[in-house]
Amino acid sequence: MTDLENKIIERAENLLESGEAARVVGWKKGEFYFDPSPAEFDSKEQLRDFVYNGFCGANLSKYLIQVSKKPGKTAVFLKPCDTFSLNQLVKEHRVNRDNIIAIGIECNGKLDIEKIKEKGVSAVTEASETGKEVTVSSLYGKSVMNKEDILLIKCLTCKSKKLVGVDETIVLGEMEEAPSDRFEEVEKLEKMTEAERFAFWKSQLSKCIRCNACRNVCPACSCVKCVFDNPQSGVAAKANDDEFEEQLFHIIRAFHVSGRCTDCGECSRVCPQRIPLHLLNRKFIKDINTCYGEYQAGEAADGKTPLTDYTVGDVEPNDVFNAGVRK
Amino acid sequence: MQEIKEFVPNIVAFCCNWCSYAGADLAGSGRLSYPANVKIIRVPCSCRVNPMFILKAFQRGADGVILCGCHPGDCHYVTGNYYTRRRMAMLFDFLNYMGIEKERTRVEWVSAAEGARFSQVMNDFVKKITELGENRRITDLRVKEK
Repeated sequence: MTDLENKIIERAENLLESGEAARVVGWKKGEFYFDPSPAEFDSKEQLRDFVYNGFCGANLSKYLIQVSKKPGKTAVFLKPCDTFSLNQLVKEHRVNRDNIIAIGIECNGKLDIEKIKEKGVSAVTEASETGKEVTVSSLYGKSVMNKEDILLIKCLTCKSKKLVGVDETIVLGEMEEAPSDRFEEVEKLEKMTEAERFAFWKSQLSKCIRCNACRNVCPACSCVKCVFDNPQSGVAAKANDDEFEEQLFHIIRAFHVSGRCTDCGECSRVCPQRIPLHLLNRKFIKDINTCYGEYQAGEAADGKTPLTDYTVGDVEPNDVFNAGVRK
Repeated sequence: MQEIKEFVPNIVAFCCNWCSYAGADLAGSGRLSYPANVKIIRVPCSCRVNPMFILKAFQRGADGVILCGCHPGDCHYVTGNYYTRRRMAMLFDFLNYMGIEKERTRVEWVSAAEGARFSQVMNDFVKKITELGENRRITDLRVKEK
């Protein structure tokens, strides 16, 4: 158990014991070391299952929509990227901020179990991080890996280590900003021809099994009634049976969260087919940045989002292809 | 020998009730022609058009979708078309990112007094789409194959 984990559990115990919080939202030990799942803890006894390790990639913000409606205060542990999501939900009046004690915690990137498996290491029992290296222990022995090779995609291109709008923080060491450019992949796609892009997305989206995991995990996708739950929408919850249905779901979903997506990368993390869904959202973020000025959703808990705002001299839709978006 | 059919595109035009729909009317009364394969759908404001409308039009066999609204600043509801402008700019560029030809979608501002412009815009758009050919990328192929 790391110092950080100890500190977090200690604080959770304090909050529950003093009655300051009626419950704590955090990560619970899963069946294996590498699958901790989001959970609610009501008592000190339950906290025995609390974990915070390299596999706690899950964003807890969305759970607060339901939990913050319960009586009493809820304490929640948020990694830097998750704090943006919470702030965005506060802005949209989806969570009751008064009922929440938001605790920002240190995060130096979370690990991707699939990438570790690809390296031929299975049955992982522990992963301890030391700087740029991770020692992964498994039932079959230990192996040292380069941390960059086994990080989640969302952490490789982390947008910020800032903790926004939190009540308190638990940060022991210095958090290093990720150096890579998160729009690199998008630009690569933009440089392709239309036919190549079409072929790329066709090959990616045809893997989609419409499990709705991306929709259900997305903090921005929190409508009580989703347009895709409507049987008339043309894409009922079933496997897509043609190219169009694959495109429709992902285009509309990306459009609905445009301007509100904080780029937390949960969609790509949970996708069982490993479709790079974050590239759809990042395209919108990039376009908004170039056309309407730099904007980071979730940075402020008030103000307008780019698509609910306008200026008189906005770019014309017919010119958008030449207006600096495609360079 | 099989007869080679000339490609006649299907065009869907969403027209704002307060400007371009009246503009189409004016084109008619002024005896200015525009292609018969433009199917006009009247909407209360260009802002009423949601991305799903456009995708649905493509699904059901449209080869091009054009959205006509009041000139920015002249919206009947004061600001509706400003939102349309942002939304459609984002959507069109995104569709292009997904590999859909950028010529298939267009927004034009046509006022109620611009009958001649309406006919010119439609003629021009239909010409472009005819050159471009059939839409096979974002469509339900079951609709097409007959």
